Amino acid sequence: MSKLVRFFFAIILVSAVLFYTVHELNNSEGYSGRNTLTIYNWGDYIDPQLIKRFEKETGVKVIYETFDSNEAMLTKIEQGGTTYDIAIPSEYMIDKMRKERLLIPLDHSKLPNLHYIDKRFMDLPFDEDNKYSVPYFWGTVGIVYNSKMLGGKKITSWNDLWDSDLRNKILLIDGAREVMGMGLNSLGYSLNDTNHNHLHQAKRKLDLLTPNIKAIVGDESRLLLENEEASIGLVWSGVASEIMSENKNLEYAVPKEGSNLWFDNMVIPKTAKNIKAAHKFINFMLDPKIAAKNAEYVNYSTPNKHALSYMPKGTVNDERFYPSPELTRKLEVYENLGKKNLAYYNELFLEFKMHRK
Amino acid sequence: MNNKITQNLYLLPYALWIVLFVIAPLLLVLYYSFFDIEGHFSLMNYMNFFTPVYMKMAFSSFWYAFLITFISLIFAYPTAYLLTKTRHKQLWLLLIIVPSWINLLLKAYAFLGIFGTKGIANSFLEAIGVGSKQILFTDFSFIFVSVYIFIPFMILPIFNSLNEMNPSLLDAANDLGASKWTTFRRVIFPLTINGVKSGCQVVFIPALSLFMLTRLIAGNRVITLGTAIEQHFLVTRDWGMGSTIAVFLIIIMFLIMSVTGNRKRGV
Amino acid sequence: MDNKINPMSRIFLALIFLILYAPIFFLVFYSFNSGGTMYGFKSFTLDWYKELFQDSRLLIIVMNTLVIALLSSLFATIIGVFGALGIHSMKKRQTKNTLLSLNNVLIVSPDVIIGASFLILFTMAGIKLGMFSVLLSHIAFSIPIVVLMVLPKLSEMSPTLIDAARDLGASRWNVLAKVVLPYITPGIFAGFFMALTYSLDDFAVTFFVTGNGFTTLSVEIYSLARRGISLNVNALSTLLFLFTLVLVVVYYFISQRNKPNGWGVNK
Repeated sequence: MSKLVRFFFAIILVSAVLFYTVHELNNSEGYSGRNTLTIYNWGDYIDPQLIKRFEKETGVKVIYETFDSNEAMLTKIEQGGTTYDIAIPSEYMIDKMRKERLLIPLDHSKLPNLHYIDKRFMDLPFDEDNKYSVPYFWGTVGIVYNSKMLGGKKITSWNDLWDSDLRNKILLIDGAREVMGMGLNSLGYSLNDTNHNHLHQAKRKLDLLTPNIKAIVGDESRLLLENEEASIGLVWSGVASEIMSENKNLEYAVPKEGSNLWFDNMVIPKTAKNIKAAHKFINFMLDPKIAAKNAEYVNYSTPNKHALSYMPKGTVNDERFYPSPELTRKLEVYENLGKKNLAYYNELFLEFKMHRK
Repeated sequence: MNNKITQNLYLLPYALWIVLFVIAPLLLVLYYSFFDIEGHFSLMNYMNFFTPVYMKMAFSSFWYAFLITFISLIFAYPTAYLLTKTRHKQLWLLLIIVPSWINLLLKAYAFLGIFGTKGIANSFLEAIGVGSKQILFTDFSFIFVSVYIFIPFMILPIFNSLNEMNPSLLDAANDLGASKWTTFRRVIFPLTINGVKSGCQVVFIPALSLFMLTRLIAGNRVITLGTAIEQHFLVTRDWGMGSTIAVFLIIIMFLIMSVTGNRKRGV
Repeated sequence: MDNKINPMSRIFLALIFLILYAPIFFLVFYSFNSGGTMYGFKSFTLDWYKELFQDSRLLIIVMNTLVIALLSSLFATIIGVFGALGIHSMKKRQTKNTLLSLNNVLIVSPDVIIGASFLILFTMAGIKLGMFSVLLSHIAFSIPIVVLMVLPKLSEMSPTLIDAARDLGASRWNVLAKVVLPYITPGIFAGFFMALTYSLDDFAVTFFVTGNGFTTLSVEIYSLARRGISLNVNALSTLLFLFTLVLVVVYYFISQRNKPNGWGVNK
């Protein structure tokens, strides 16, 4: 008995010391003050130096919280109980959030730097007139392949993946929209198609791909491709540009049948408490020099036209990651298909995964 | 009368916990399971569950959970037994648990490296002349890593019941001329059955709803009910269907508990 | 006592420990890699450790994680032990099994469901999301494992022991403090350590119920996955691992010195 009591007492003591230290650290860092800005973002999706700089310039203390999927973030914002001032969701989620009235309209007069953004990334269907969102990063979905491991073979289209030479070589992403979209695109359908007949055709075609699939994975695909565990992967362009800088054998191709064009935009969710600072932050991130610095840290493509002049020519002129408007024209942005259609996509995707067994 | 109340006062926090954190969420999940994706009251989700896709999934969840539990037990029992024989047995026991305090995702990433084509496991296979094999994304790697994760939960209760065993019982059995195997079968095992049971429960029940490892280590070659629930909650946001599967998992758990429940008090 | 074990068994135990620690050694090894990934060791560096100590945000997160883990395990253990005592004292087998099944609901439910339903409950109750809500949730999902670790010890305890104490005129409290608790102490410790495991490993539940700047290490690590986990997380895990190891060993030997019997039961 006394042993238990002693043990529990020690635990309480240790916790108290730790708690006190955290409290002191938080105070010295200024997190407990009034003038704070809570940013809800993907992990490591901003240059931490820029946060420090923003804090120094404005005196606002930034609290940085992270999420690992758009849907998980939506659940948190929908339920409330937290004060997120800025969030960075993807385009289809922005459409959903504005329809569910979870976003606060932006005051464009407080965002003088907005004109630096390339016109082609403004006023898109998911957020007309950029009433609620401002582009942060953008990119495509495509195929990363290891030309050395494939013996110099080139991959240019989705249909190349069905080649019987590629047995057990392909990594897919664990996402219904991406994989079903690939099936639809390979048949010449739109990746926003909701025709059940077309979707079934796509699913049947994907079933035929089964012998070529090594695994259906998540974020760890970057690790597996970079280290030549697999030779082909379906990836987002941001991932591609990062792993290609680590492994020179890797190539990236946006399939010629068409693919997905994606955006991550900054929004102010309805949970915001410090709307003034939120606008300040968005405007800060729109500054060309800041945007360029951030793009170099994060390695994704920046929509900030003026930022490009502050970045290395090699990066900016790389058509794979900064495709011209002619190239992006045939790409499609995910539309918010509504719950019912999305559920249907997922059902077919689940069946496809079961088929692999 | 007063005595009775104070007698049961110590149960209050636990009772509160049951009501607030078990029964309330349970009702919530049950409530959600009756709503289809568009928010209409319906039994669609339950009808959906009895389609071949979900039945197949339920079956495979069972099969893998069974394998994981069984293999954990095979390795955990001798480990626990041998641990009780060491000099600093409590210390060794603690050292069994320490690895489980390192983040699961990090350990899974480490296994990606160990089992990779150029990893240690394959170098070993090549050194002994078997040759390089694909280990990642197979049933083997999935079960291996799952057992790795769960085995401390199996070892602990078994160790505790073995540790309590009266050594004089074994001496008695020996004196009566029982062989080692008979002693184990007739004396040791029956006396530790409670530990084995609770070990199996804490492994089998969560193994039914494993999800992250099915993607990380098995590359979605293994699909369990947990995978489906995660997808419904986090991707489709079809909480109704997700809850329906959860309701079934809970019913299955109740069935398992009533089957493995104590027939008699004590042993 | 060690010589009770034959060489074969010794090899078996060594192998089990080797496998349990293999992924951790892997993480530790690459924390010194200047290459930046967990593949292909380039050259030795301490840069990740330096980077770690400059990252005050990460250090705050680590301490938050530890406070939550320790406190939640402590409370869960206390509530769980009383719960186990309550379940054990139930006379009817049916009530006992029902209670036990309710107890296990949270073990069988996938984390996303627990997280989502706790989130709904907390927002309904108007509890501000943050440290307190995370602490409550961790206590809640750790209680069942404590109960499951303590119960087998209780059922192994012979009822005659309590009767004897009663006959000798011990009060209820005395029976509990002097007879029952010392007997089930190993189970209590097992429960505490398993609760610690649950708390440190949890990602999904914490993700849903946290807010207002409060984050734990798991949530941070999982959200890093999209951009690739940096090796300073490895460095952090290495330090935490070594620290835990030292703590466990020191604690063990201190308790050894105080009580020659170790912290097992005093026979």
